[in-house]
Amino acid sequence: MRTIQSENITELVEELCIKSNCELPGDIYRFLTTGVPKEKSLLGREILYTLVKNADIARQGRDPICQDTGMTVVFVTMGQNVHVEGAFIEDAINEGVRRGYEKGYLRKSVVKDPLNRINTKDNTPAVIHYEMVPGDQFHIIVAPKGFGSENMSRLKMLKPSQGVQGIKDFVIQTVSEAGANPCPPIIVGVGIGGTMEKSALLGKKALLRPVGQINENTQLAELEAELLESINALGIGPAGFGGTTTAMSVHILTYATHIAGLPVSVNIGCHVTRHAEGEL
Amino acid sequence: MEDRIEMTTPFTDETIKKLNAGDMVYLSGTVYTARDAAHKKMCELLEKGESMPFDFTGAVIYYAGPCPAKPGRPIGSVGPTTSGRMDLYTPTLMKEGLRVMIGKGLRNQEVIDSIIRYSGVYFAAIGGAAALMGQSVENSEIIAFDELGTEAVRKLHVKNLPVIVAIDCKGNNIYEKGRAAFAHH
Repeated sequence: MRTIQSENITELVEELCIKSNCELPGDIYRFLTTGVPKEKSLLGREILYTLVKNADIARQGRDPICQDTGMTVVFVTMGQNVHVEGAFIEDAINEGVRRGYEKGYLRKSVVKDPLNRINTKDNTPAVIHYEMVPGDQFHIIVAPKGFGSENMSRLKMLKPSQGVQGIKDFVIQTVSEAGANPCPPIIVGVGIGGTMEKSALLGKKALLRPVGQINENTQLAELEAELLESINALGIGPAGFGGTTTAMSVHILTYATHIAGLPVSVNIGCHVTRHAEGEL
Repeated sequence: MEDRIEMTTPFTDETIKKLNAGDMVYLSGTVYTARDAAHKKMCELLEKGESMPFDFTGAVIYYAGPCPAKPGRPIGSVGPTTSGRMDLYTPTLMKEGLRVMIGKGLRNQEVIDSIIRYSGVYFAAIGGAAALMGQSVENSEIIAFDELGTEAVRKLHVKNLPVIVAIDCKGNNIYEKGRAAFAHH
């Protein structure tokens, strides 16, 4: 049994909240810088160049890249031999969010309940996903999610007979209808299979894969490449002003499903798809 | 991108009519932030026959909720939010005299019709380029709905805020025009 102090979890979450919001992940930064000459629209190239400049300003000044510093999504991977001492793990994580959003001058965008909509003023509670694994590791990813892109995400329970074509149609339709709203160039996270909620979680997790990393499953890698080509043919372009760079990449995750079902979730990530990770 | 144009608020009928969808504009002067909650409140005030938190004549509304300001700075990162959520309220505010808006994303047909009817203009700022846009703000002051936190109405003084004419007073819009130019099947 390995013991971890809850205060260390809080400190790690605090640090990751600030880091994720101020430092654009290297894979996206590389995509934006190398993508400028490939974009066919002059205005589109100007937008991509502006996004790189914005990321530089944010990193140097430790300022939030985007003012929507998101609802804080936290992925915890915890070995079953780990014991947390001190506060309850959920409270420890939320305390880290509270401190990080205050110290980092990040925007507090969370309302206490969806109907009465009173701001909690500290960006808590976070949305926390726990995964138990063998061993004694403790790994955390903080992935703040802005709602410009979250609002354009969709889920559909397809019929098995709709198959791959049905998946393609749904993904393209979702991105097409989203247009400029999710701040393209986007990352398209696609979760296929499982149950309704499992597919949604897969779609979200798919956004964490680095841009440029090829899917190990050849069939999925081909489907991703085909979808990316179709999405970039939509013409939406950087910031939606027209162009050839609508998506940076398409990432698919799958899971076993039921004989009667084909759940598909499309989670759209903006050009500031943020995540930072750490271990204890 | 057709021209680089520099403009200073307040706007007039003449200045608005010169703008065409796709023009790049560097905006200086006063803009007021207002997003979801502030729009709801302004429309509730109008229903009760009460006055608006600022004079709409020639004024600019920026759909934005900034990050908190660091010590010694006027404001934190401040980029545009999705304008579509304000579509429900915009025709009412335009009827009251509002003519100029800054946000991101396409508007619905009712808003486009109002922009044509009242000869208004809708600018798009670059979503996500918020740290950069924060540097265009020289001054910020909360003038209404303080209790809304980031959603309060702020009077900003901006210098060379980069925006693009997204929908001009004739109803032309860059989103459809730009997309059609690069779509291929």
